[in-house]
Amino acid sequence: MVAPDPFLPQPYRVERRRRELVGAVTLELAPLVGARPDFAPGQFNMLYVFGVGEVAISLSGDAERGTTFVHTVRNVGAVSGALTRLEVGASVGVRGPFGRGWPLTGAEGADLLLVAGGLGLAPLRPALYAILARRERYGRVLIMVGSRSPEDILYRRELEHWRRRPDLEVLLTVDHADADWHGHVGVVPALIPHAGLDPARTLALVCGPEVMMRFAANALLAAGIGPGRIHLSMERNMKCAVGQCGHCQFGPFFVCKDGPVLGLDRIGGILAVPEI
Amino acid sequence: MDSLEEILGRHPFFAGFEAGHGRLVAGCARNLRFAAGQYLFREGDPADEFFLIRHGKVALELVEPGRPPVVFATLGAGEIVGASWLLPPYRWRLAARAVEPTRAIGIDAACLRGKCEADHHLGYEMMKRFLPILVERLQATRLQLLDVYGKH
Repeated sequence: MVAPDPFLPQPYRVERRRRELVGAVTLELAPLVGARPDFAPGQFNMLYVFGVGEVAISLSGDAERGTTFVHTVRNVGAVSGALTRLEVGASVGVRGPFGRGWPLTGAEGADLLLVAGGLGLAPLRPALYAILARRERYGRVLIMVGSRSPEDILYRRELEHWRRRPDLEVLLTVDHADADWHGHVGVVPALIPHAGLDPARTLALVCGPEVMMRFAANALLAAGIGPGRIHLSMERNMKCAVGQCGHCQFGPFFVCKDGPVLGLDRIGGILAVPEI
Repeated sequence: MDSLEEILGRHPFFAGFEAGHGRLVAGCARNLRFAAGQYLFREGDPADEFFLIRHGKVALELVEPGRPPVVFATLGAGEIVGASWLLPPYRWRLAARAVEPTRAIGIDAACLRGKCEADHHLGYEMMKRFLPILVERLQATRLQLLDVYGKH
């Protein structure tokens, strides 16, 4: 079979739509022609709303199950806003999947720490599905999730389900709450020093707003975890998605092609540089 | 049963503390238990004691008139509650409430301030332990102020 032209959007249909949070929905997209391509946790697609434009959105479903692409989208601009307003049955163009995902194949035997902030849980969810599908291959698995408030916790029902698993530690924290909330309050990097991590065994996968990722990376380094064991999912202005146009250039890297997941050992020196 | 000095010596805050200084601090300390919902202190109260959490969880709150208190941080085992005892006017500027049954060591602030004045080496050791905590909390507050999740 000839691989489709990476610049040509393929026609998909919105199969299901679920409202997650205020301004955020999860769309399940089914191909109109052929089967859904395989993807790796951490990769992204370019979603094209006809007549509006195209935007990069991470894959947030199970890579090994289902026949659709699952994307959780928040309304932060013209195209993402249009995506959040699509109804079941609507057509959408899809290019992808693109990019390098989470380094799970090299992680067997390691303790895994997933650190998510806000909608950053969406690109980490496929990694967690893959980890749980082969749970016996990993050591301790923790997921730390930071949100603005209890009402803003993404995939809350699923997190509560995961929380009941004896082989998975789920720590939720919010920036502020009222007295009814009995969980943690504070920023997600503040959980890291108290997690009892074994720095030599731990591999950290981090996704969220870039400032939060910088704080998390600093906390992980302070906990003794080496920069080569810390991986961040970067977000830049992806356009072509195949490393041709340069819109997503981040120092010597194209985030669309070299990332979006990049090791802190590669990007630590430029992470805090403005306008790079 | 462990003495207060031994319990303090195992608390992360006092890691590496000289034994002599540990004895001085233990002389200002007492064991405390708080039921879930019980306040350690309220905003405006005299800051005459600070707390080292041994087990449990404590919420730091601010009250807005006519509204439920807003929790802006929770602290757990191994953490310190309270810094207003360090500086005049020695009044709490927030409230601290036990979220769950909590065991803590309370340190009498006037007692410890007096010992720190008399022994500046002890005072310096205390400050070296408090300052990183205050800086970390300031950094965390900055991140909270940015409200980064709203945009992501």
